[in-house]
Amino acid sequence: MPSRHPVICGIGLSDYPVVPHLNSVQHHALAARRAIADCGIAKSAIDGYVSTSGGGPAAGDDAVSMAEYLGVNHRYIDGTMVGGSSFEFHVQHAAAAIREGLCDTVLITYGSDQLTRMGRVLGTGGFQRDAQPVTGAMQMATPYGLPLVGAYALAARRHMHEFGTTSEQLAEIAVGIREFAGLNPDARYRDPITVDDVLNSRMIADPLHKLDCCVITDGGGALVMTTEEIARDLCHPPIYVLGAAGTQTHWNIHQMPDFTEMGAAVCGPEAMGQAGVTPADIDTAQLYDSFTITVMLMLEGLGFCGRGEGGAYVEEGHLRRGGSMPTNTDGGGLSSNHPGMRGIFLLIEAVRQLRGDAGEAQVPNAELALACGSGGWLSAIATVILGKDRPS
Amino acid sequence: MRVVSDLEWQGPVPAGEGEYGEFFAAAAEGRLLIQQCPECGHRQHYPRAICTACGAEPEWMEAAGTGTVYTYTVVRQYGVPAFAELPYVLAMIDLPEGVRMFGGLTGIDPETVEIGMPVTAYARTYDDTHAMIFWEPA
Repeated sequence: MPSRHPVICGIGLSDYPVVPHLNSVQHHALAARRAIADCGIAKSAIDGYVSTSGGGPAAGDDAVSMAEYLGVNHRYIDGTMVGGSSFEFHVQHAAAAIREGLCDTVLITYGSDQLTRMGRVLGTGGFQRDAQPVTGAMQMATPYGLPLVGAYALAARRHMHEFGTTSEQLAEIAVGIREFAGLNPDARYRDPITVDDVLNSRMIADPLHKLDCCVITDGGGALVMTTEEIARDLCHPPIYVLGAAGTQTHWNIHQMPDFTEMGAAVCGPEAMGQAGVTPADIDTAQLYDSFTITVMLMLEGLGFCGRGEGGAYVEEGHLRRGGSMPTNTDGGGLSSNHPGMRGIFLLIEAVRQLRGDAGEAQVPNAELALACGSGGWLSAIATVILGKDRPS
Repeated sequence: MRVVSDLEWQGPVPAGEGEYGEFFAAAAEGRLLIQQCPECGHRQHYPRAICTACGAEPEWMEAAGTGTVYTYTVVRQYGVPAFAELPYVLAMIDLPEGVRMFGGLTGIDPETVEIGMPVTAYARTYDDTHAMIFWEPA
């Protein structure tokens, strides 16, 4: 019986970080073209399509509009939209669909012209730019003037209070990831920074400085997933989906049950359990770095270190090039690119590493990679374990 | 609970649809409402039409209007005109009734806010019949 084990066979990046000539839909399309070319599959073989519900009808990049635009007459469609981690959830869903035989080959795409369209207002300009009444649970926060950065700052402050975590330790995360960005010619910011640079950058919302925050860019990405059997005839050795799990603890930040524990503590162990691996087995981690605190909470939740030990752990240099857990080897959202929902780039970089195609940022002998996405406000979290070798 | 008038407020306001309306209306009358489930006793905030613990229909209960700071941030940059008066403090407040509430913390030097400090609720009206909850040092 041919193996229906789900694999990633193609990856594609649109252009980034500053791309004034492309709109969101064109980012989707460029990334899709490159992913299809990367794996060498006939486009007509794609019978599943997955994307987020997009930037709304005005953007025209919701899942059904994009399926039509890309010309995918799908047997399986998923428009799950949980924010930045949507794509980790997508891999979970697509893997199940492929395994179950609902479809054979799935195209996942993302595209955003956020920087070009909106400028850099998202983090500090708010979602609410005028005095329209705020509906839903956001009305308990937005009228007080809660910026996106402020939401994460609430978690960072509590972590400092409970565990003695310092701004220096959070800064170390940004410094290490910037080092990787220096190896990526396309990264938004590439010049090395120091812990002092982070601490001396403008305070946006205590205790988070400007350099604790991700960049804002344009960009897009695409993945092609298929069965192990079909992947045999394609351009690259397949990258196996060994585990994928997601969870949601809250949506609005004011509903987060415990501000120092995120859902990674649930979906991380579950995904690693499916793969039969432990944190010590992982060779490289691609973690959603919307803010430095996001990475720290994720490291603890995933079990790379104990709860409250994230500060000491990052200080030991594990996340750096040559460290025990090289993290965000493309330069991450903190330094390379963040068009609004970064989850797909975590998966693309993990595949690059496992293929041995990561250039100067290559982690030697990378066989197992972990991607963990965070959507909302530390809210909807999903973990994907990818492997170079066929699962036994 | 003290009620102060802020009818000049030009910033975003709660829409107050569904259960939210009663919460903001009670605040304008000086009452801080949370919800309690008659079936399982679970308490919750924000107001909803369902108990998140057991699925029953929750009832209103009045909270004392006291709490302690669970965590906070000092906003120092925000591009929304209504919030041009920087810096200001936003906090999550633990209520003795067992729920946590987000709000503005006023009447304090932002540099002196501490987690664990006791605070008291007050209401600030944004129209004739509705108010938002704010907090100040106890």
